[in-house]
Amino acid sequence: MQVTINGERQTLSEALSLADLLHQLRLNQRRVAIEVNREIVPRELYAAHTLADGDEIEIVHFVGGG
Amino acid sequence: MTDPFVLEGKSYRSRLIVGTGKYRDFTETKRAVDASGAEIVTVAVRRVNITDPSKENLLDVLDPAHYTILPNTAGCYTAEDAVRTARLAREAGVGKLVKLEVIGDQKTLFPDVPATIAAAQVLVKEGFVVLPYINDDPIAAKKLEEIGCAAVMPLAAPIGSGLGIRNPYNIRIILEQSRVPVIVDAGVGTASDAAVAMELGCDAVLMNTAIAGAKDPILMAEAMRQAVEAGRKAFLAGRIERKLYATASSPIEGLLG
Repeated sequence: MQVTINGERQTLSEALSLADLLHQLRLNQRRVAIEVNREIVPRELYAAHTLADGDEIEIVHFVGGG
Repeated sequence: MTDPFVLEGKSYRSRLIVGTGKYRDFTETKRAVDASGAEIVTVAVRRVNITDPSKENLLDVLDPAHYTILPNTAGCYTAEDAVRTARLAREAGVGKLVKLEVIGDQKTLFPDVPATIAAAQVLVKEGFVVLPYINDDPIAAKKLEEIGCAAVMPLAAPIGSGLGIRNPYNIRIILEQSRVPVIVDAGVGTASDAAVAMELGCDAVLMNTAIAGAKDPILMAEAMRQAVEAGRKAFLAGRIERKLYATASSPIEGLLG
């Protein structure tokens, strides 16, 4: 299954939930926000949200800025 | 707390808001923020580096329990991108504040005012506490206040330019008409610039490069803290009038014959 995460094409071996993906990316303890296909997915739905082939995922966080 | 800076019902001791960009590392960021005394800090929203997610997170050093986090929409050139960024920032869970920036031009980084107004309308409706970055333009300030922005943030000079307040008279007009806090945002170069903003009567000053870009950012952060405090006190104290000729400070009576 192919998805795009932060602009990079990635192959996932199985249908993962967003919570699984965050775990795999070691981001599960982080304060992040996520869009799937331009729609924000609220934190409480990460476990229930299953990714589909072709999904475009944006994972953002806070960095230094003015 | 005497003379607090009040933003959306919350009182702050400090009238200095600092950015967190351009520092060498998070240790320097934290030291500069602490030296500045700022209680509100701006941050940017960016993609996580998924190939190296182990990197330390900014909010690990700037705990949102101790600082008010003000996410910005820096780098956005359209109202849509700014709204999208603000929504993501809110989802990341640091509250409803947003420093709204919609940039109109890469070279000057001046704001696109119509796009800023369009984005502010959407965000205010969605319950955001919107602090828009604008030109030193009283009309733009008025319109954004009428929309329901929590403050207006006219620039002193272009972002990162360090030119100081280019048009103090426009800032004065904005101050005279505004019923929301006026925060000078961008263009401060050194301590005296911050003091001038506060002496004009601004409610707060927001800066990043002036501190982060100084040779000694920690010392400059401390200087800015003192300048903002001094400028505020001078404003409250009420300065003397400017006169063309001298007025003696010592009495005329009792001079030696």
